[in-house]
Formats: sequence, C-alpha cells, structure tokens
Amino acid sequence: MFDNLIPVVLSINGSQQEARVGPLETLADVLRDKLGLTGTNIMCNEGECGSCTVLIDGKPMLSCLLLAIECEHKDILTIEGLADPVSGELHPIQKTFIELSGMQCGICTPGMILNAKALLDENPSPTEDQVREALAGNLCRCGNYKRIAECVLAAAEIMKGGGNG
Amino acid sequence: MLPPKTEYLIPKTIQDACSLAKKYEGDARIIAGGTDLLMLLKRKVALPRYLIDIRGIPSQDYISHEGKDGLRIGALTTIHAIVISPLIQERFSILAQAASSLGSLQVRQRATIGGNLCHAAPSAETAPPLLALEAIVKVRGTDGERTIAIENFLIGPGQTTLKPDEILMEIQIPNPSPRSSGTYLKHTLRKALDLAIVGVAVHVTMNGDVLSDVKIALGAVAPTPLRTREAEEILRGKKPSQDLLDKAGRCAAGECSPINDVRSSADYRTKMIKVLVPRAIAQAVELTKRS
Repeated sequence: MFDNLIPVVLSINGSQQEARVGPLETLADVLRDKLGLTGTNIMCNEGECGSCTVLIDGKPMLSCLLLAIECEHKDILTIEGLADPVSGELHPIQKTFIELSGMQCGICTPGMILNAKALLDENPSPTEDQVREALAGNLCRCGNYKRIAECVLAAAEIMKGGGNG
Repeated sequence: MLPPKTEYLIPKTIQDACSLAKKYEGDARIIAGGTDLLMLLKRKVALPRYLIDIRGIPSQDYISHEGKDGLRIGALTTIHAIVISPLIQERFSILAQAASSLGSLQVRQRATIGGNLCHAAPSAETAPPLLALEAIVKVRGTDGERTIAIENFLIGPGQTTLKPDEILMEIQIPNPSPRSSGTYLKHTLRKALDLAIVGVAVHVTMNGDVLSDVKIALGAVAPTPLRTREAEEILRGKKPSQDLLDKAGRCAAGECSPINDVRSSADYRTKMIKVLVPRAIAQAVELTKRS
C-alpha cells in the first residue's frame, strides 16, 4: 500500500503543509492522523452528522467526505485556525461557546463553530431560525441546540460591535 | 484483504474523461462532488481501480437561461448554487425547493446536480422536480453527444442509461408555461440529513379556474422517481375540487410501488402519497393565482 502514497501540499489555516496520502484517504483522516490536527472530530464518518465540518474556501464541507487529494489548491480552515495566530485570542464564537455553555461533551463543537463562522461571515445578523437552519447539518447528541443557537447569536452581536473576526 | 491500489486521474477535458472511462470500463468511477461516491468507497461497495475526477474540467458549472430554449444547468453545478440562484428560485422554483432539502448545507456546498442524477437513488432529490419540469439531460461519450429525457435516463435503483464511456454534461429544462407554478413537498422526519419518505413535485398550469396541465412526479416510492400520468389525466382540463384532488392522490398511490425500509413502511408511504399529492396540487394552484 505504501508505494501508492501521493505527495500533496495542503493549505491549512494559512500555512502550507505537506503530506503523503493514499488516493482514498479522506481529508478528515489526513488532518487527524498525518498532520496532528485532531480538533476536527470524526463521529459518524458517513457525512450524516456534521462533526467533521471544516471550511474549504470559506464554505462548510464535510471532511470525512472529501478525499485529501482533492483538497490541494484550496484554503482549508480547521478549528485550530480560528483563534488569532499571533495573540492566541479566541474567535468570538469560541468565546461565547465557553461563556454561554455551548458545549457539553464537545464532539459536535468544532463543526458547529466553523459552520457558524461561515454563517456569520455571510449573514452578520441572522435570526434564530436562520441560525438553526444553517446549522441543521450539525447534530448534537447532547441536545444542546438551544444554547448553541444562543452562543451563535451572542457571537454575532460581538462581531458586529467590532470584535475579533 | 488490502484494498486494491487506486489511481486518481484528473482529465482536463470531457473528451479525455470519456476516453479514460472507456479505457478503464468496469474498473473506474467518476468522482464529482463525491458525497455519494465516498459513501460507497467507505462501505467498500465500490472498489474502483481508477477514480476519474471530473471537477477539473472547466466550464461545466453554470446556470444560464437561453431565452426560448429554456434553462441550462452544467452537470458540475453544486446543489447550493441551485438553491441560491435567483433565476431558478423565480422561474423553476420546485427545483430550488427540492435542492434546498437535499442533505445538509455542508453536503449541498459540494454535491453536484449531475452526481445526484447519476447516483440515481430512488429518492434522488432533484429528480422529481426535473421530471415534473420535463427536463432532459445531455451526455457525451467517445462517439459524441446525445440527449435523453430524464424519465428514460433513470431506469432503476442506482441505474441510468449512461454507457460506460458517457458522462453527464448538462441538464436542459424547457420554460414553464405562463400561469404555471409548482410545489415540492418532502415528507421526512428531520430538518436536514434525511432522505424523503415520500417526495412530491407537482407543476400545474391554470386556464381560468381549470387545470389545463398537471405534472406529478414522486420520489422514494418506486424503483425510480416517476411521473404518475394516470393521476395527471384525472385532473387535466378539470377544476381542482378537493374530491378530484383526493381521487388523483389515490390514483397516484396506485401507480407507485413503495417498499418497507428503515425509514418507513410501504403502507405509510401509500397513505402519505394520498395526502401529499392533493396538498401539493392545491398549493401549486394557489401559487399560480399569485404569480
């Protein structure tokens, strides 16, 4: 199997990362197993839960349904890339998730936060219904949906007030 | 058992893609968005020696209106692009409605309309509206191009009439008649990430208060999405009274062959067809009054 590995260069969180990947290896597996970026969680591994959501050129996509080899020449944002790279200051959505209990077990959280970022980047003033609709592809087995929506709405307020984004 | 070595090929033109598909016939899979194919790969239902990635082929991702020749959608157009297209929302709205209920936002950002049709699930979300709009597909093979009506394209669960060297290129949708409108209803348990228990697409044209034309297409209730033409006949040329709509609903249910599966029973699906077809038609008729 090893002679079938293909060298790729992936642009992740603003930096170029090299990896040798099999043609059928998913981006989720490569992020976690080869690049040490374990913030992206794999839950169902079938595209049915949204936990593995990353942003590809700003669009939320399921990394368990992307082949790593297809992701060259794209800008990939994982949860590790959300905080300010210099100061380490958390993104407003990360802050509100902490302060307003957006997490219980945390498995859905990276996917939720990244999908929420994509939403707020496109629609800075969503209603709660719009938040829930945008995040409908992210399942939370702890049932924390109400708080998650509140966190996203609170983050939207911070971001409109000129916070880190 | 180790998986076979798989080669990943990136043709730059459709002709190259067709040639590769012909050369590796039986051993290759086309990959576009990959949201369906990766499921097959993960479950090892598909073990191709060659993956032919067609997303690099330029100019296959477009939505354009050709005047009297209707709408043209490139096969690599994402489902999300279809959802947000003002042109499709306004003039071909049942397609936008169905597209917005496909999978989840994350899936729609990646999945393509060509892939949805070629995967040919009995519940393929874009199929009922395309059937109701009498769309045709254009495909290209090593011998040239041809067009196929959607209902002749989808011939069984997971089966299309594509030859091994053919690739779907474009979906062509004729302009709807004036005073026509449509509704897509997806009966499902969840807000997202669920297939239809029953998918109903109807397109109606009114002449005064008479239904001058009706098209009814259902998904997830037969081996392929299908038009229920006998139900349409009951309604054509008549006023849409509730009794008549209910009769059409019962007739439509009789034209289907739903199965028991993890989502629902055949019996429940049959009952829902009888509820949702009349409801969809009534809604579509109402919409024609507003447009």
